[in-house]
Amino acid sequence: MSLDSAIQATKTYYCLECGKCTSLCPVARHDPSFSPRAIVEMALLGLEDELVFSKGLFSCLTCYTCSQKCPADVDFPVFVRQARAVAQNSGEHGTCAHSGQLQALARMMTTPGIKQRRLEWLSDRFQISDESDILLWVGCAPYFEPIFEDIEFRALDITEATLTVLNALGIQPRLLADEKCCGHDALWMGDEETFKKLAEHNAALIKDAGVKKIIFSCPEGYRTLKLDYPAYGLALDCELQHISELLAERIEQGDLKLGRVDKKVSYQDPCRLGRHLGIYDAPRKVLQAIPGIELVEMEHCRENSICCGTSAFTNCDSYSNDIRKERLSEAASTDAEAIVTSCPKCQTHFRCAMVDKGEEKRSMPQLDVVDLVNLVAESLRGAES
Amino acid sequence: MPEFEPKIVAFCCNWCTYAAADLAGTARIQYPPNVYIVRMMCSGMVSPDYVLRAFEKGADGVIVSGCHYTDCHYIDGPIKCDAMFAKVRRLLYTLGLENERLRREMISTSEGTVFARLVTEFVEQLRQLGPSPFSPASKGVLSESG
Repeated sequence: MSLDSAIQATKTYYCLECGKCTSLCPVARHDPSFSPRAIVEMALLGLEDELVFSKGLFSCLTCYTCSQKCPADVDFPVFVRQARAVAQNSGEHGTCAHSGQLQALARMMTTPGIKQRRLEWLSDRFQISDESDILLWVGCAPYFEPIFEDIEFRALDITEATLTVLNALGIQPRLLADEKCCGHDALWMGDEETFKKLAEHNAALIKDAGVKKIIFSCPEGYRTLKLDYPAYGLALDCELQHISELLAERIEQGDLKLGRVDKKVSYQDPCRLGRHLGIYDAPRKVLQAIPGIELVEMEHCRENSICCGTSAFTNCDSYSNDIRKERLSEAASTDAEAIVTSCPKCQTHFRCAMVDKGEEKRSMPQLDVVDLVNLVAESLRGAES
Repeated sequence: MPEFEPKIVAFCCNWCTYAAADLAGTARIQYPPNVYIVRMMCSGMVSPDYVLRAFEKGADGVIVSGCHYTDCHYIDGPIKCDAMFAKVRRLLYTLGLENERLRREMISTSEGTVFARLVTEFVEQLRQLGPSPFSPASKGVLSESG
């Protein structure tokens, strides 16, 4: 991968230098030195070293806010992804959040023949079946559990709620013990080698399992398997669906008896689910179907939604925190009690921002952050009692 | 085939365990040469990533060792280290690594013999366990003996 081929592949040369990208960019709003337009200009002027070793390259959130308004249709996030691959080859790995342990885990997972113990959290409460042709993608949740303990976020709560909801729909999904990281973070960090190894393993595993449908509770895994695996020649021969899509479909058919949850909530569109895949209505339909839920939209919602501030666990700095503060303040100004999201990482980042110490904490709005499936599971419990 | 020689990475705090290792050396206490010592200013400074990286690069065992709770030069380093250690142990357990490959020790400056005994025992234990699943040796490619 060279910078030239990245320019060709993403049609960056069409750039009109209008600067819409920079004016919309959530990072540029807080970090005056960051500008997508300037990054494109640097690339077009052939300043490869300056671009590759600039901090800005790894600050981009690849959230697609810029691209969807670009008059020249430049695919900036994919350009950044490919430029990061060039950077990785030159030895620039960006600043990894959480001291790089998540990246190290993904790289270690590429080791063939390892026997992960990723399903030990499973209990008899859940009905799963190895014969089922519906697969539940567990993703990184078992690894997130120890890492994000300090911020009181348990990613497996989302997985468990997803299983509860699926069981309530009469689905006994299959879970794969040998599933590995989907490679999303590695790919967006520019580490294509790790991504390819993980993708090949997972694609072969899914093919062997012979499933017809895969359900995701994480938009990143969903995006990666849906768009990136086929782009790397690993098309999966089955239907892929996010849990919110499945729920919206089944609620419409009247398959789910939902109990009352009295809460005023606002919905955070995860960038991977919203702008990357265009799913805005399904989660809102689910929210509106729960009796007692009042959905209030934030000023920036749907395709204009503001990102949670960090993606692929790279370059999490004070500007990322400023973005989160902006978003949390916006949510607080709607008088909502909770932010509902359908991405475990949005939840991680918002919770992390709220547990910060000292001055920042005092100025940070405090809201409850909850995943959509957890809310549905709560509502199901309400219907039972 | 030559006998398997385990590789150990030991993160030792500057004030206690590193000095203990030094003492073991000056006192001419014999212990196996399988250990690579990384000097840290405090055991509380060892980040989970360092431990992960050691295993990623082919270590068969990792020791994280520092001062006893009351000896820390930075007040609460060992407590931070305990929290980090519990976290990284769970991560590595989920990844499929045996818990025995990871050791949390507290060895003070005067305990040169304790350090030597620890390394001797650990090497023996790792010999029984065999190469780490992440080590090149377990993939059929024998690493250069260290």
